[in-house]
Amino acid sequence: MNTTAITVFVLLFGFITVLGFAAGRWRRGDLDQLHEWGLGGRRFGTIVTWFLLGGDLYTAYTFVAVPALIFGGGAIGFFALPYTIVAYPLLFLFFPRLWAVAHKHGYITAADFVQGRYGNQWLALAVAVTGIVATMPYIALQLVGLEVVISAMGINVAGQIGHIPLVVAFIVLALFTYNSGLRAPALIAVVKDILIWITVLSMLIFIPIQLGGYENIFNTVPPERVLLATPPPNSLGQYSAYVTLAFGSALALFLYPHSVTGILSASSAKAVQRNAVFLPAYSLMLGLLALTGFMALASGVDKMPEYAAGFAQHRNNFAIPALILHSFPDWFVGVAFAAIGIGALVPAAIMSIAAANLYTRSIHARFINPNLTPAQEARNAKIVSLVVKLGALVFIFLVQTQQAIELQLLGGIWMCQTVPAIFFGLYTNRLNPTALLIGWAGGISVGTWMAVTNNYQAAFPLPVGDLTVPGYAALYALGINLTLSLVLTLFFGTRGKDETKPSDYNFRTHGTDDAPLPVTVA
Amino acid sequence: MTTKSKPKPNRKAWLCLLALPFLALCWPPFYNSVEPDFFGLPFFYWYQFLWVFITPALTYLVFIKTE
Repeated sequence: MNTTAITVFVLLFGFITVLGFAAGRWRRGDLDQLHEWGLGGRRFGTIVTWFLLGGDLYTAYTFVAVPALIFGGGAIGFFALPYTIVAYPLLFLFFPRLWAVAHKHGYITAADFVQGRYGNQWLALAVAVTGIVATMPYIALQLVGLEVVISAMGINVAGQIGHIPLVVAFIVLALFTYNSGLRAPALIAVVKDILIWITVLSMLIFIPIQLGGYENIFNTVPPERVLLATPPPNSLGQYSAYVTLAFGSALALFLYPHSVTGILSASSAKAVQRNAVFLPAYSLMLGLLALTGFMALASGVDKMPEYAAGFAQHRNNFAIPALILHSFPDWFVGVAFAAIGIGALVPAAIMSIAAANLYTRSIHARFINPNLTPAQEARNAKIVSLVVKLGALVFIFLVQTQQAIELQLLGGIWMCQTVPAIFFGLYTNRLNPTALLIGWAGGISVGTWMAVTNNYQAAFPLPVGDLTVPGYAALYALGINLTLSLVLTLFFGTRGKDETKPSDYNFRTHGTDDAPLPVTVA
Repeated sequence: MTTKSKPKPNRKAWLCLLALPFLALCWPPFYNSVEPDFFGLPFFYWYQFLWVFITPALTYLVFIKTE
């Protein structure tokens, strides 16, 4: 056991626990209101939103898995960088509109918006269920990230007792989320980000010095891993896979419930736009972090006997913890692992809040009990957030890590199928809700089929004449989805009942728009 | 509505700038090479890092121009 590292780790965890409970009193609001508990009262300015979204999108699993992908597969794993580059122009274009209409009508989730825009509770239900189901394995993967660092510190007890540190961390998380709502992860995200930046910068400065510079690192790496493989004849090979993975993941990123929660908690559409400019700072960090996968290869940690057990248990996901253990003194190992561990709790908290918001608004209030008072609504969401986290915990005990990863891949494919209803819906109400629902079902089915028959590889080899085009199944499924939605709209014709007006989406005039509203013709 | 601000005539045109990162990254054969390297970092990597800087700069420009 690494006592020094564990002590530092536990101290930092204790600190953020206190912070999590104290957060309930920060920018105090009535936590018996769902938008106060679940969106922090929509009061976060540009800077808090930056920390919150940064802490939300760049998760512990990202920090472990992206370098692990490079470590295991070479250049193809670097798709995470173009992914997080092109995601932000999309954030800039679409989401200020979502913020404006949500602010106007009190929507707290994307499914709320779909309900208001199309007046179809089944389509809203589809969007809500997609979000919840895609989020569950994502939370479970945060636990995987946490588990890897806990076992890397030498707390390795066989059997179910080995899960105790994880359970303790999760109970703490569950309690402060219940108590403080979105304010807790927002405040903790600041600490998390500072720790992560310290860790990543230290790795980027000190490890290359130990390994003889970047040139030496890339000279040690087998040349076929440094670049994308040249495609075989009659195939686009890794080229098309790389681009479709990057662009498809970018489309889905901000549709995830935890992203929407982060965006809607901003205090203005301008704060959202400014974040589209400043959040790419994290992309830089992610890209640099991805390079540490090569450092792990160059350092040869996978061949060192002291890390053999870790690699046997966690496979490539152990590459970065091993590299940290190998390169830094024990006290700093504690800081770095705490950064990853807290990096698991922040997104897990936001994800459970987002799933709870979705369930409460789009399922419970619509299909089970429509007469909730605001206080009951908030209470319901708090309890659901506990259930969601418990579910993720049970999930990790019952299924293999590999299955959680496969489900998370499916989750990305499913999330992408809400693109037509949401992105198109932000600009037009012409698409027929039933057509969208059928398109959604078609996309989900085809995407799932592609992933399952292809052994859970993200890139599906689509034959186009003589050419094979391996591409992200989410995008191919989205093609089916869009075709169905557009063609069937031509057949069905009628629009849904839209409670929003074009001016509701105008985020530039939003806030000055207090003049009496003109009578609308529905 | 009287409170509505006048749309600037060329506001929409600025949005086209946001397509540049997609164009720049959509064809990997263009940047899938080691040379020219940058202090030991292969072109494949530093070219994509370059777009981490260019993209927010473009976004900021669009933000200013469409405000």
